[in-house]
Amino acid sequence: MTALVLLDHEGGQIRKAALSAVAAATKLGDVHVLVTGDAAVVLAAVSIAGVSKVLHAADARYAHDLAEPLAALVASLAGGYDHIVAAAGAFGKNVLPRTAALLDVQPIPDVISIESADTFVRPIYAGNALATVRSSDAKKLLTIRSAAFDPAPAKGGSATVETLPGVDSPEVSRFEGVQLSTSDRPELESARVVVSGGRGMQSEEKFHTLDPLADVLGAALGASRAAVDSGFVPNECQVGQTGKIVAPDLYMAFGISGAIQHLAGMKDSRVIVAVNKDPDAPIFQVADYGVVGDLFEIVPQLVNALKK
Amino acid sequence: MKILVPVKRVVDYNIKPRVKADGSGVETAGVKMSMNPFDEIAVEEAVRLREKGAASEVVVVSVGVQQAQDTLRTALAMGADRAILVLSDESPEPLAVAKVLKKLVDKEEPSLVILGKQAIDDDMNATGQMLAGFLGWGQGTFASKVELAEGRARVSREVDGGTEEVSLSLPAIITADLRLNEPRYASLPNIMKAKKKPLETLQAADLGVDMTPRLTVVSVAEPTERKAGIKLDSVAELVEKLRNEAKVI
Ligand SMILES: Cc1cc2nc3c(=O)[nH]c(=O)nc-3n(C[C@@H](O)[C@H](O)[C@H](O)COP(=O)(O)OP(=O)(O)OC[C@H]3O[C@@H](n4cnc5c(N)ncnc54)[C@H](O)[C@@H]3O)c2cc1C
Ligand SMILES: Cc1cc2nc3c(=O)[nH]c(=O)nc-3n(C[C@H](O)[C@H](O)[C@H](O)COP(=O)(O)OP(=O)(O)OC[C@H]3O[C@@H](n4cnc5c(N)ncnc54)[C@H](O)[C@@H]3O)c2cc1C
Repeated sequence: MTALVLLDHEGGQIRKAALSAVAAATKLGDVHVLVTGDAAVVLAAVSIAGVSKVLHAADARYAHDLAEPLAALVASLAGGYDHIVAAAGAFGKNVLPRTAALLDVQPIPDVISIESADTFVRPIYAGNALATVRSSDAKKLLTIRSAAFDPAPAKGGSATVETLPGVDSPEVSRFEGVQLSTSDRPELESARVVVSGGRGMQSEEKFHTLDPLADVLGAALGASRAAVDSGFVPNECQVGQTGKIVAPDLYMAFGISGAIQHLAGMKDSRVIVAVNKDPDAPIFQVADYGVVGDLFEIVPQLVNALKK
Repeated sequence: MKILVPVKRVVDYNIKPRVKADGSGVETAGVKMSMNPFDEIAVEEAVRLREKGAASEVVVVSVGVQQAQDTLRTALAMGADRAILVLSDESPEPLAVAKVLKKLVDKEEPSLVILGKQAIDDDMNATGQMLAGFLGWGQGTFASKVELAEGRARVSREVDGGTEEVSLSLPAIITADLRLNEPRYASLPNIMKAKKKPLETLQAADLGVDMTPRLTVVSVAEPTERKAGIKLDSVAELVEKLRNEAKVI
């Protein structure tokens, strides 16, 4: 059996989450990957461990990963594959269900465990239940939760490359631009340590209280929806049911109450620390270590103690 | 210009879901149900477009059990003009819902379909993209801003690294993210008025759509609960624990 992984990338780099999708796909059989646009990414993709072939969609219409042309292309390739797989991020969730419609398949999103070629485990209800589902479709289209699979090693493989011609599709969408956040910090989904702030951070300015802490820990910055909605930090920092799902070694929550929608995005972290002035905040029910108090006093103390 | 908004009845987001003892699913009997929060945002966006004069009619549709009527009435109270309930026994999969919606789009000919980006029960995040695929229309998923001009929709989309802008020719599909707008509460007079607005009921079977699910639920289980840890009295203690007990720093 062969699986096709849609390898998403950003700024010439393969996303770590895509490597997790490759790792998941290796459990299903031989792995081919599809790379759009960037030739530099093709060069990197050939050495991913476990990948035997890289399909390069070099045509300009695929340069911005628009779902309409890309789904048409993937559907045209589907004949050769039993499984089509992508990371469960904005890219995969945009393209894969559309492809599924073209193939008359019910997709299986957010897979956290592969039980067999047709049976998968996925969280439902913001992770409050885990459903094991079996698909009767001839082809299975899956998105993979990266937190559940260690990424495939970026080195060690030696895949062949095949360049694909463009496939016709209706021209109904146009890429107009993208604003990517520029940050020297690690990517949220794959960081070893995440420092997160909630409404308790009070303002955009005061959110920067967390910067020195993230600096000493080499951490990514995360946030609750309340912090994002209040404009303290951009939307890509949101952790939760409708934001990013993270499972770092250490997750530190400051001024976050612990709503189930937030917990859905971080409760699989190895160690959770919560700092909140309310001793009854629900976040303490999932925290390994809690400190009750004012975060604006505690964070600077923490930075000092860690520098020692 | 007509806008179609599919809305789903789900377990209210404030309720902590409980897995049934026999592992067959999540308990919904006797549980408070509400409109999927993302669908409230979708309805709000459509109603605002009509209020601005960019649209002439907002039609809401739900696929599901008879009680989904209540959800449709809520949407009518928020300002939608007309509702369609497509009756189907079970809660259908996105594939089947998208096929039903395709039939309704063929009949109603809307210029825009605005859906929620995901339903908070099954968290599939699929229906809008699948409908777009069936129709061959452009899709603006995870929208945080929508502008209509000159027969096109310009959509700001929340993507992993930031925000992306796409322009779609109409007709098109949009799926609403959290920051698209803040939905209004229906006022009492509007709730009363909604009772008189038209609500048409159809049978999924009459639309000629095969609703048979492709996924069989083998089992549904509770995730392993995390246990609450300990509260510490000082930062020094916290650092000591992180270094020597948890060994994460
Ligand atoms: C434990 C469990 C058991 C299940 N058992 C069965 C079963 O036995 N049989 C079965 O058929 N299904 C079953 N389902 C499927 C089911 O309940 C979901 O309705 C289905 O998977 C839809 O996924 P979603 O709502 O997450 O779609 P999403 O794609 O996340 O929904 C996105 C948007 O699509 C629109 N939308 C989605 N559904 C509807 C709708 N019904 N009406 C109008 N608009 C809609 C809304 O705008 C919504 O915001 C089961 C699910 C679970 C979790
Ligand atoms: C459909 C839907 C999807 C959602 N998706 C998400 C999601 O993906 N991610 C998400 O996070 N939320 C999500 N939410 C929102 C969620 O329900 C909560 O509203 C949100 O997580 C609350 O954020 P918060 O904890 O920062 O704010 P609050 O609940 O207001 O908590 C703030 C906390 O800060 C503490 N605090 C205040 N000042 C201080 C201080 N000086 N020192 C220490 N502590 C202090 C308070 O005691 C309080 O506990 C979603 C909601 C819905 C309806």
